[in-house]
Amino acid sequence: MITVNNLVKKFDGRTVLSGINLEVKTGETMVIMGGSGCGKSTLLRHLVGYYRPDQGEILFDGKDIAKMTEAQLDAVRKKFGILFQSGALLNSLSVGENVALPLREHSDLNDEIIKIIVKIKLELVGLTGFENLMPSQISGGMKKRVGLARAIALDPQIVFYDEPGAGLDPITTAVIDRLIVDLSKKLGITSIVVTHEMKSAFRIADRMAMLYEGKVIAVGTPDEIRDSSNPLVQQFITGSADGPVPLRRSSEEYIKSLTGV
Amino acid sequence: MKHLFGFIGRRTIMFFRHLTSIACITGEAFYWIVVGPFRKKPVKRFHLVSQMVEAGVNSLMIVMVISFFVGLTMAMLLAYQLRKFGSESLIADFTAIAFTRELGPLMTAIIVAGRVGASFTAELGTMRVSEEIMALETMAINPVRFLISPRLLAMIIMVPCLVIFSDAVGMLGGFVIGKMNLGVEASYYIQKSLMALQLKDIVTGLVKSFFFAIIIAVVGCYYGFIVEGGAEGVGRFTTISVVNSLISVVAADCFFTAVFYMV
Repeated sequence: MITVNNLVKKFDGRTVLSGINLEVKTGETMVIMGGSGCGKSTLLRHLVGYYRPDQGEILFDGKDIAKMTEAQLDAVRKKFGILFQSGALLNSLSVGENVALPLREHSDLNDEIIKIIVKIKLELVGLTGFENLMPSQISGGMKKRVGLARAIALDPQIVFYDEPGAGLDPITTAVIDRLIVDLSKKLGITSIVVTHEMKSAFRIADRMAMLYEGKVIAVGTPDEIRDSSNPLVQQFITGSADGPVPLRRSSEEYIKSLTGV
Repeated sequence: MKHLFGFIGRRTIMFFRHLTSIACITGEAFYWIVVGPFRKKPVKRFHLVSQMVEAGVNSLMIVMVISFFVGLTMAMLLAYQLRKFGSESLIADFTAIAFTRELGPLMTAIIVAGRVGASFTAELGTMRVSEEIMALETMAINPVRFLISPRLLAMIIMVPCLVIFSDAVGMLGGFVIGKMNLGVEASYYIQKSLMALQLKDIVTGLVKSFFFAIIIAVVGCYYGFIVEGGAEGVGRFTTISVVNSLISVVAADCFFTAVFYMV
C-alpha cells in the first residue's frame, strides 16, 4: 500500500533521513521504532505529505506523494487518519465537534447523520456520552482516544499513530494498544505506528522496522526482530544502557571543546 | 562595517519575505471568503459569529471609554487654543471632523490591534505549537480558510461598526466640554456639529477603518502561523505582531490621510 524508496531529508545541512526503504502491505500493522531523534517522526510526517523529501519517492497505491500538488495531496489525505502525539484536538471545539470536523469539512452529510456517526466513532473508542465536554476537561488518555475517533471519522484506509503511548500510564497504554489492534482487525485498516515503547510495539505489530541514524537497519515480524543478531536491535529491544548505541550526541571532540585548541 | 551592512541587508530581505508572505495570505483569505461559498466551503456562520463577538462586541466598551476621554481632552485642548481667537464655538465643528476623519478610526484601530490582534497571534500561535495547525493540514483542511478567513471577515465587518461608536462617543465628549465651557444650548451644539460634518468625512473614516481591519487581522494571524519555540515563542511573536501591526496601522493612516487630503 505504501512503498518508500531511498527517502533522503536534510534540515539545515543535517541529514535526518539518509535513504529509507520501507514497504507497508495492505491490512498490516507496521511498527516503526527507534530512539529519540532517529527520524521516526520525520519519516511519519513525510508519509502523510507534511514534509517534502529532498530525494526519493513515497508511493501510495502506486502514486508518488512527494510529487503531488496540494490539491492532489488533499484528495489522498482524505484516505488517511492520523493520531498525533498530543491528540492535537482543536481546543476551541467540543469533543463531539472535533470528531465531526472532518465529516463537516469533507462530506455533504446533514447534521443528524453526522451526530450519529460521531456517536458511533466515540463508542468505538469507548467514550460515548462525552460529546459535549471540551478538550481541556478530559485527561490525556481520553484526548488520544478522541483523537483516534477523529482519525477514523472518514473511514480511512490507513491510520498513522505518532507515539500512541507517550505520556500515558501502562493501563491506558494497553487500552490504546488494544484499540489499535481492534481497529485494524475489525475495520481492516492498515496501521503505521511510530513508537519507542517495546512492550506495546510487540503487542500490536504484524511487522516491525527499526530506524537508526536515518536508516532502516532491520525489518521483520516481531519474532524475527526478537531473534535478531544485530547488536543495535538487541540493545534497543532489551533497553540496556550499555551497547553499541552511543550515548553522546556531541559532534565536537570533548577535549577540544574544553581546551579550545 | 561589513557586519553592519550584512545586518541591514539580512533584515531587509527578511522584511520583504514577511511582506510577500503576508500579501499571499491576505490574497488566500480573501479568495476563500469570496469563492468559498461557490465551492461549498463558505465561512461557517458559527465561527464567524463567535469571532465577531470576540473582536467587535467585546471591544465595544473599551473603545467607547477611550474615545470619550479622548473627546474630552481634544475639546479642552481646542477650547484653550480657540479662546485666544474668541471662537470657542468652533469646538463642535473641529471635534466632529477630527473624530470622523481621523481620531475615531485611529483610536479604534490601536485598541483593536492591542486587544484583538494580540489574541489572534497568541491563539493561532498556541495552536501551531500544539500541532493543531498541522493536524488541520493533514486532515486536508486548509488552515487559512478555516482559521484566517473567519477572523478577517469578522474584523472587516466589526471594525467599521466600532468606529461609528467611537465617532459618536468622541463627539459626545466634545459636547460635554462645549456645554460646560461655553454653556451653549444642546440643540445648537448638535446643529453646529451636523452642519460641519459632510458625508465625505464619515465615509473617509470608514474606508480607512476597513483597511485597518485587514491589516490588524492579517498581521495578527500571520505571526501566529509562524510561531516557533514553544510557549516562549508565542509570547515573543505576540509582541512582534502587536508592534508591527501598530506601525502598519499608523503608517497606513498617514498614507490615507494624505490621499484623502489631496483628492
